[in-house]
Amino acid sequence: MEADPKTKSAAAQVNHGSLPGLYVHVPFCRGKCAYCDFYSVGDLSLIPAWRKAVEQEILYHAGTFAPFDSLYLGGGTPSVLAEADLAALMEAIHRHFSLGPASEITMEINPEDADFEKLHGYRRLGINRLSIGVQSFDDEELRFLGRRHNARQAQKALLWARAAGFDNLNLDLIYGLPGQTLTGWEKTLAAALAFRPEHLSCYQLTVEPGTALARRTSGRPLVSEEKEREFFLFTGEYLEGAGFFHYEISNFARGEGNYCRHNLKYWQRQPYLGLGPAAHSFDGRKRWWNHRSLADWLEALNRGELPAAGEEVLTPEQVRLERLLLGFRTKRGVEFGHLAGDRWQENLADLASRGWLKVEEGRAVPTLQGYLLADRLPLYFT
Amino acid sequence: MRNIRNFSIIAHIDHGKSTLADRLIQATIIVPERLRRDQMLDTMDIERERGITIKSNTITLPYVAADGQEYKLNLIDTPGHVDFSYEVSRALASCEGVLLLVDASQGVEAQTLANLYLALEHDLAIIPVINKIDLPQADISGVKEQIKRELGLDPEGAILCSAKEGMGIAEVLEAIVTRIPPPRGNVEAPLTALIFDANYDSFRGSVVSVRVFDGKVKPGDIIRFMATGNVYRVEEVGIFGLTRLPQPELAAGAVGYLMASIKTVRDTKIGDTVTLDANPAPKPLPGFKEPKPVVFASIYPVSNDDYQALADALEKYQLNDAAIVFQKDSSAALGQGFRCGFLGLLHLEIVQERLSREFGQSLIMTVPGVRYQFTLTDGRVVAVDNPQHYPDPARIKETAEPYIRAAIMVPERYVGAVMKLCTERRGENPQFSNPLPGRVELRYDLPLAEVIIDFYDKLKSVTQGYGSFDYELSGYRPSDLVKLDILLNGEKVDALSMIVHRSRAREWAVRVCERLKEEIPRQQFKIAIQGAIGGKIIARETVSAFRKDVTAKCYGGDITRKRKLLEKQKEGKKRLKMVGQITIPQSAFVAVLKAGE
Repeated sequence: MEADPKTKSAAAQVNHGSLPGLYVHVPFCRGKCAYCDFYSVGDLSLIPAWRKAVEQEILYHAGTFAPFDSLYLGGGTPSVLAEADLAALMEAIHRHFSLGPASEITMEINPEDADFEKLHGYRRLGINRLSIGVQSFDDEELRFLGRRHNARQAQKALLWARAAGFDNLNLDLIYGLPGQTLTGWEKTLAAALAFRPEHLSCYQLTVEPGTALARRTSGRPLVSEEKEREFFLFTGEYLEGAGFFHYEISNFARGEGNYCRHNLKYWQRQPYLGLGPAAHSFDGRKRWWNHRSLADWLEALNRGELPAAGEEVLTPEQVRLERLLLGFRTKRGVEFGHLAGDRWQENLADLASRGWLKVEEGRAVPTLQGYLLADRLPLYFT
Repeated sequence: MRNIRNFSIIAHIDHGKSTLADRLIQATIIVPERLRRDQMLDTMDIERERGITIKSNTITLPYVAADGQEYKLNLIDTPGHVDFSYEVSRALASCEGVLLLVDASQGVEAQTLANLYLALEHDLAIIPVINKIDLPQADISGVKEQIKRELGLDPEGAILCSAKEGMGIAEVLEAIVTRIPPPRGNVEAPLTALIFDANYDSFRGSVVSVRVFDGKVKPGDIIRFMATGNVYRVEEVGIFGLTRLPQPELAAGAVGYLMASIKTVRDTKIGDTVTLDANPAPKPLPGFKEPKPVVFASIYPVSNDDYQALADALEKYQLNDAAIVFQKDSSAALGQGFRCGFLGLLHLEIVQERLSREFGQSLIMTVPGVRYQFTLTDGRVVAVDNPQHYPDPARIKETAEPYIRAAIMVPERYVGAVMKLCTERRGENPQFSNPLPGRVELRYDLPLAEVIIDFYDKLKSVTQGYGSFDYELSGYRPSDLVKLDILLNGEKVDALSMIVHRSRAREWAVRVCERLKEEIPRQQFKIAIQGAIGGKIIARETVSAFRKDVTAKCYGGDITRKRKLLEKQKEGKKRLKMVGQITIPQSAFVAVLKAGE
């Protein structure tokens, strides 16, 4: 199945002006992975109710945002949706929102849900980018993480995805597992690269409160800080060497064109609308977020209300702080005009001399070393 | 005068003094609903937080007794801490009797005893009142036993009450009338009035609380303060109700206030005698003492830009505090600030807290110290309390530090622990006496420097709260002193320097370095913390550089949370001080203060 050339080149464009993105949260999973703190439930019989409520939410927001140029179906596990539900959802989206033919439309899938027919079906529904939750190609590691697939299933899923015509694939990978060696991690990376993905998200395993991993580790760090640094730096160097552009701390795009357009909107403070429980939205001035639980979110919509649980209108200083904390996470960095604080110039010079920041055309840009301190850097400019 | 009663309520902390005062007020003055608050007399936030009274608040209660006569009961509130024992003594000197309050569930405690002694020193009538009898764990007969055994008072005269429940209040009021003698004085004699408190009113100036012993005073009189020699024209006199109530005059036996356009409270010294300029008393009332600061510390704003705001805040604070002294000071590490003198550690803490609120910002306070004496090789004797002014060691011939004679009272079983504590603090010349059965009074010579940092708290801790402590300055003694410097990456942080006794230097150095290590956050380079005397390093710690500070994921739902964290860190930054390249939080200076704990 030939990829539609128009779809590919459009999805390959970065920094697509300031068109908003649309996010839909699919809060359903067959099981909870040990490390995950995203919101989801296991009762799949609630899917129809959820879908109808999303359609209702869509109606509330119809016409409020400029045409979207990205759609992201995230979760949870969007791939637990039956084709009928997915089709109805897509239909509602297209009916009430403007989502142009050149839009990037991403769906997250788990390898165990993939089969050729399904993937083909996704293509038919207009999905042109897949984010596959591979995490690792080592079965033992997969068990540790509480994933419900094995390496073989992941490989099959990837082959079918290509066969179904997806030319924009992302793999999610996790490193920093206790006992993991650099060699083992390199094996996973190499296995991933064998599928020539357009994009990789490599996350350091983080213990989030309230997860099974947190209970298991009861607050002890999983691996040493030194090891964390080592893995991060290795990953950066290895993938850059393989032709990937390390454009965000955990995100790599092959070649200049394969950024995740949707996620870039978060990091570049472009607007986005979030539907579904726990979803966040931003209209350029105000941020708001939906009720986290499916029940509360459903209840609000049943009462005929918008399911927002909170909101904030940003002050100029809050905007600046956001620019700092987001800017130092990406290769775009932060423009000088947004740097402040008594000693910002001295700090910039000092950090540059330490090799953490580079000065590029009036912007302070983090280096690979700088990425490792991204949470600290804003404090030097505040 | 026959129908006046001047009294005070004395008690251990939390035994219900304020609640009882409230009840007495409610029983005698009709209080409008909106003015009713839980603890009406405690007006300062810090007091509420700590459960202690710092400023005196006096009130006149109109009371019709069982005998049908109208009485004026003057309740003089007293501060409760040893730092302010002078104020307490002046307040008690203005009374004829006290209600000695004991919590029925706690029994006689340290302050109960300490306050009793003060009252006895002033020959006051003592009415024991057993409070909180409503509590299930109240042990009335047990407390009566204690009153007999430990206080030497007749327990049958004890009044039972529950201030919270409003029980026994009528009996207390009657007892004040029948068992506390009326004041004695001669209204025809020259005016002598004791100043026992002063507060600042931004419109009227200093409001002086007085107890008139002899004579009388009215608006228009020209009065003289005998200790300061200042002369003023009285604008108003009156008594304290819920608000000030002007009166035509105040006469012998009365308790009230006078106002005379006195600009600051510093001009009204507690314990001073007020007399008429035209017909002055031959002698002032006894017991006057100039407040003498004994503890010194420097205060700095975190940001140099805020110096003027701090200066303004100090000026304003000074209006209501007659005891504090201060002058400009500067530090290479911290910039411009002030060197302040305090009556004691509680005074210091109060100033720090009130000043922070007034100033609106955080303050850095250096380690408190005392004033040392150095005899130099050229014969001069200099007094130094600021470690930055420590003379050149090569030119020091002799050093001396101030000593106190401490009186510590404890139940017998704690004597060993107290002796150990005093010995650790270089105490000498111990003497013991047995003022009451089961109680021992220890007297020690102690260096004042050993007492101003956490001695009182340590004492309370080793005696489970029963130890009480009082002291008098007893002059200077030769001492082997050194200057302990703290260096960060080789640079001296002058604000952390301390003058210490050589025998304690290493211990302090180690503790301070440890605390600093805990308090100074990791920075982009390693930090070497060192304690040194002269050039010699005697303690060290290291803060390793941070190597990683990043979150793996940041998507739409993470931005608000991360930004809020950054906002919080930004706020926290305001409390950071740069010393060379090193960022030190204000809490580090505080921590060093408490390094003894």
